[in-house]
Amino acid sequence: MATRSKKTQWVEKKLLLFVLLWMAGSAGCFVPAANAKDVFANDGLHDPQGPSFNELQRPDAAFAGFPVDTVGNKVRWVQALRDGMITPRTNIVPDTKIKILDMDLILGNTGDNAYVRFPHRAHTEWLDCANCHPDPFKEKFGTSGIKMGAILEGKFCGKCHGAVAFPLTECARCHSVKPDTFRGKFGVQPVEKH
Amino acid sequence: MKRNKKMGLARPGMKTVVFRLIVCVAIPALVALAIMGSSPARAEYADIVINNYSDGAGMRPAIFPHWFHRIRFRCKVCHADLGFKFQAGGNEINMLKIINGEFCGACHNGEIAWSVDNCDFCHSGKPGTPTQVHGSTVQKLLKPSQPAK
Ligand code: HEC
Ligand code: HEC
Ligand code: HEC
Ligand code: HEC
Ligand code: HEC
Ligand code: HEC
Repeated sequence: MATRSKKTQWVEKKLLLFVLLWMAGSAGCFVPAANAKDVFANDGLHDPQGPSFNELQRPDAAFAGFPVDTVGNKVRWVQALRDGMITPRTNIVPDTKIKILDMDLILGNTGDNAYVRFPHRAHTEWLDCANCHPDPFKEKFGTSGIKMGAILEGKFCGKCHGAVAFPLTECARCHSVKPDTFRGKFGVQPVEKH
Repeated sequence: MKRNKKMGLARPGMKTVVFRLIVCVAIPALVALAIMGSSPARAEYADIVINNYSDGAGMRPAIFPHWFHRIRFRCKVCHADLGFKFQAGGNEINMLKIINGEFCGACHNGEIAWSVDNCDFCHSGKPGTPTQVHGSTVQKLLKPSQPAK
C-alpha cells in the first residue's frame, strides 16, 4: 500500500510538473486562439472587407512591453515616455521650439472632493503651450472658470481627458491631493525634485 | 490480479490528475482567453473616425489611430505645428488638401510615411460609421447601453 501510493504520488508530481511546464511552454499557443477573435473585426469601426484590413497593426502587438494601465489605451503613456520605451518625435518642421515647464498647480474649488494637482511637466512633455493657452486656460491661476460639469461636456481638461488622454472616470488621478494633509497654498507649487 | 487491483486502486489518483488538469489547464486557459479577448478592444481608445465626405463619395470612412501615431509623434507635432484642431471631423480634411501636403499629407507623402496611394490603409472604416472619437467618455455617457467595444 505504502509503496503504491508513494509511486502514485511520484507519478502525480511528475505529471503536475509536466503540466505546469507544458503550460509555461505553450502559453504562446493561447495567443493565436485569442487573435482568431480579432479585435478589429469586432470593434464596430473597421471593415473586415477592407483590402488592407489584415495589414493594419493591432494595438496589443504594438504595446508589448509597455507599462500597463487599466483604462484608456491600457498604456501608462507618461511612464512609457519618461522611461524611454517610446521616443515620439517632437517636431517635423526644424524651427519648432520645445518648451518643457516644470510647474505644478493645485486647484481647490473641488467641493468635498480631493484637490486637483495639475502637472505642467507631464503635459508639456507631449503638448505645446498653445494647445492650452490662452484657450481653454488663461495663463493666470484661478481665472479660467474651470467646472466639473463643463469638463464632463468635453471642455477644459475634458478636451483631451476622456477623448485621447486617460478617461474622466479616473477621478483620483486629477483629484489627488487630500485636503486634510495639504498645508500649502493653492496655485503654483514650489518646484519639487523629481 | 495483483496488477489489476493496483490499476483499480490507482483510479482515484487518475481522477485527481484529471481534476488538476482542469484546475491547472482549462480554467487558466479560459481566464487567459477572457483577459486576452477583452483588453485589446479597449486599447483602441481614441481612434478617430472621419466621415464628413467619405460615405457620400463611396469611400470607406477614414480611421485615424491616435495610439499608433502617439508612439511616433508628440501631440504638438500635429496639434500645434500642423494645425490639427482638437475636434473630430473639425478640420474639413479632403483629398485635395492631403495631396497638397496638408493634414495627413504632411507626413503621408512617401517621405515621413507611406504615400496617399495606399487608400485602404486610411479608408478602413465600416461604411456608414459616423464621425466620432472611439471610446470617449462622452460617447459612453451618451450611449451607456452600448458596450465599449
Ligand atoms: C482630468 C482631470 C479631472 C478628472 C478626471 C476629474 N476631475 Fe473633477 N475637477 C477637475 C478640475 C480641474 C476641477 C476644478 C477645480 C478648480 O477650479 O479649482 C474639478 C472640480 C470638481 C468638483 C467641484 C465642483 C465643480 O463643479 O467644479 C467636483 C465635485 C468634482 N470635480 C468631482 C469629480 C468626480 C466625481 C470625478 C470622477 C467622475 C472627477 N471630478 C474627475 C478635474 C478633474
Ligand atoms: C494641458 C494644458 C496646459 C499646457 C500644455 C500648458 N498649460 Fe499652463 N496652465 C494650464 C492650466 C490648467 C493653468 C491654470 C489656469 C487657471 O487656474 O485658470 C495654467 C496656468 C499657467 C500659468 C499661470 C501660473 C500663475 O502663476 O498663475 C502660466 C505662467 C503657464 N500656465 C504657463 C505655461 C507655459 C509656458 C506652457 C508651455 C511650456 C504651458 N503653460 C502649457 C494648462 C496648461
Ligand atoms: C490638450 C490636452 C490636455 C488637456 C487640456 C489636459 N490634459 Fe492632462 N494629460 C494630457 C495627456 C496627453 C496626458 C498624458 C497621459 C495620457 O495620455 O493619458 C495627461 C496626463 C495628465 C495627468 C497624469 C500625469 C502623470 O504624471 O501621470 C494628470 C494628473 C492630468 N493630465 C490632469 C489634467 C488636468 C487637471 C487638466 C485640466 C486642468 C488636464 N489634465 C488637461 C492631455 C491633456
Ligand atoms: C493618409 C490617409 C489617407 C489616404 C492614404 C487616402 N485618404 Fe482619402 N481621405 C482621408 C481623409 C482623412 C478624408 C476625409 C474623410 C471624410 O471627412 O469623410 C479623405 C477623404 C476622401 C474622399 C472624400 C473627400 C474628397 O476629397 O473627395 C475621397 C473620395 C477619398 N478620400 C478618396 C481617396 C482615394 C481614392 C485614395 C487613394 C488614392 C485616398 N483617398 C487615400 C485620408 C486618406
Ligand atoms: C499624427 C497626428 C496626431 C497626433 C500625434 C495626435 N493627434 Fe490628436 N488628432 C489628430 C487628428 C487627425 C484628429 C481628428 C481631426 C479631425 O477629424 O479633423 C485628432 C483629434 C484630437 C482630439 C479631438 C477629439 C474630439 O473630442 O473631437 C483631441 C482631444 C486630440 N486629438 C488630442 C491629442 C492628444 C492629447 C495627443 C497626444 C497624446 C494627440 N492628439 C496626438 C491627429 C493627431
Ligand atoms: C506627423 C506625421 C503624420 C501625420 C500628420 C499623419 N500620419 Fe499616419 N502615419 C505616420 C507614420 C510615420 C506612420 C507609420 C508609417 C510606416 O509604418 O511606415 C503612419 C501610419 C498610419 C496608418 C497605418 C497604421 C498601421 O496600422 O500600420 C494609418 C491608418 C494612418 N497613418 C492614418 C493617418 C490619417 C488618416 C492621417 C490624417 C488624419 C494621418 N495618418 C496623419 C505619420 C503621420
